[in-house]
Amino acid sequence: MTPIQPAPSRAPRPESEARTGWLLTAPALLAILVIALFPLAWTVWESLHEHDLRMPWLGRPFVGLGNYLTILHDARFWQALGHTALFAIISVTVELVLGLALALAMNRGFRGRGVVRAAVLVPWAIPTVVAALLWRFIFDSQAGIANVVLTNVGILHHPLVWFVHAATAWVPVILADVWKTTPFVALLLLAGLQSIDKELYEAASTDGASAWWQLTRITIPLLKPAILVALIFRTLDAFRVFDLIYVMTGGGPGTSTEPVALYTFNALLQNLEFGYGAALSVIIFLVTFALAMLYMRGLGLDLGGPRRR
Amino acid sequence: MTGRIASRVGLVLLVLFAAFPFYWAVVASFTPEATLFREPTLWPRELILEHYRALFAERDFLTPVKNSLIVAGTTTVFCVTIGAFAAYALARIEFAGKRVVLAFILAVTMFPQISIVSPLYMLLRGMHLINTYPGLVLPYVTFAMPLAVWLLVGFFRQLPPDLEEAAMVDGASRWQSFTRVILPLTGPGLATTAILTFIYCWNEFLFALSFTLGPERYTVPVAIALFRGQYQVPWGQILAATVIATAPVAVIVLLFQRRIVQGLTAGAVKG
Repeated sequence: MTPIQPAPSRAPRPESEARTGWLLTAPALLAILVIALFPLAWTVWESLHEHDLRMPWLGRPFVGLGNYLTILHDARFWQALGHTALFAIISVTVELVLGLALALAMNRGFRGRGVVRAAVLVPWAIPTVVAALLWRFIFDSQAGIANVVLTNVGILHHPLVWFVHAATAWVPVILADVWKTTPFVALLLLAGLQSIDKELYEAASTDGASAWWQLTRITIPLLKPAILVALIFRTLDAFRVFDLIYVMTGGGPGTSTEPVALYTFNALLQNLEFGYGAALSVIIFLVTFALAMLYMRGLGLDLGGPRRR
Repeated sequence: MTGRIASRVGLVLLVLFAAFPFYWAVVASFTPEATLFREPTLWPRELILEHYRALFAERDFLTPVKNSLIVAGTTTVFCVTIGAFAAYALARIEFAGKRVVLAFILAVTMFPQISIVSPLYMLLRGMHLINTYPGLVLPYVTFAMPLAVWLLVGFFRQLPPDLEEAAMVDGASRWQSFTRVILPLTGPGLATTAILTFIYCWNEFLFALSFTLGPERYTVPVAIALFRGQYQVPWGQILAATVIATAPVAVIVLLFQRRIVQGLTAGAVKG
């Protein structure tokens, strides 16, 4: 690059800096552009066509926004959207509350903290498919461990066939999600907690403030950015939920636990309705994108990092 | 005081809740199929190795394990090397357009995979890459890249700002100061990024499900999810497989938990 100069204490020239910057970023950007943005453009274009691979003789006529109009009246889509929203709201709420409790407990500093951290990290790190199967096994069959424990404790009068009814099928699904992702939430919040100045609590204690007052007046307000990050990350994940439900219920019984991602997958790869599936994909993308924008706005992320000069 | 006791009890319950499904899967993977659902007891009554034997001898589970290792390993190498260049530039060189690039990369980390499954399928089919290793590595590199870059930017920024300037004053070029000074200092950060990228690829399901056609190219998650028995769900073998899929991840997590937590929270919170 720049040859060695006799008086190098001057800063490198901005033009050459910019060139180096772009040169180094190019391969990564190229990879992302080719495999992510180009297909996205293709999806948008495809969504404006009627394209059914089961009926190739129909060709691929341009239908404008026709697919989107059909979606407006597609009961199964609205149902799937409802399932996704239900799943996202319940699981994310539970995960935030549990995660906050866990983070507060872990922040106290005690022996065996490493054990706790490891125990909660492992569920986060394993494949979602594996988590789904572990919990399906626990709830499978009338003689499965969940039924045995719940009937013995007296919560259930008789064993349930969990995956046969929509209402009960959601229980293991949400439980598995909570089990797998609460650790992530807790760790994010813990990092936030550790950045709060300890002196605030000391001062509050000296003034005789209760633990509850400290939680609601110091901890939660100062933790807001971390809570927001966790909230949006989890909402986005929950909105895209696929693996978990594909493995646990397959969207069933019927389509009563089918989320939008699974409906789209079925439209594309089972029914081979590529045009319609593409339109569904675009809608998922737009919703995710809106949520992501919300995230970046809400946080006012400082993308440049500390200015260096 | 009561608060402390309550949080202790809560933590113990939580650890049990986190660990129980694993314990139960391990127990079941050593239990004969016939007694799996007959009055389950918390302690196994007899232990057998039949499920593990069948898993490798009859289902050839070694193949998906090998596939996953190859795909996840290759992707990790690509992501960390290519990602390190980009992240270095984004973290430590001032240039116009850098903020836009960072925002773009962050936006892509939130990209829904399902949105591009069908065009990617067509693209890979056109390149004759369906059901091949490159056919998985290519999309994986893209999807893991933003995460890798994002984490690495965080690590590069943690280094003192004047490092390269000092090196350049001594006559080093920018390239030399990057490879000789900055890279060695970010070793732990690169390792953390590699670990998280590897876990991410080891776990990926949707692309692997869509772009592989047969057992000879299935990755571990796909192979496990598509296990079928002749008459009923072969739970014993499935659980033996979950134990095997979990083991490497669990070992990595236990060895590197500090690093992983650091990487996770640095990437997300500090922004």
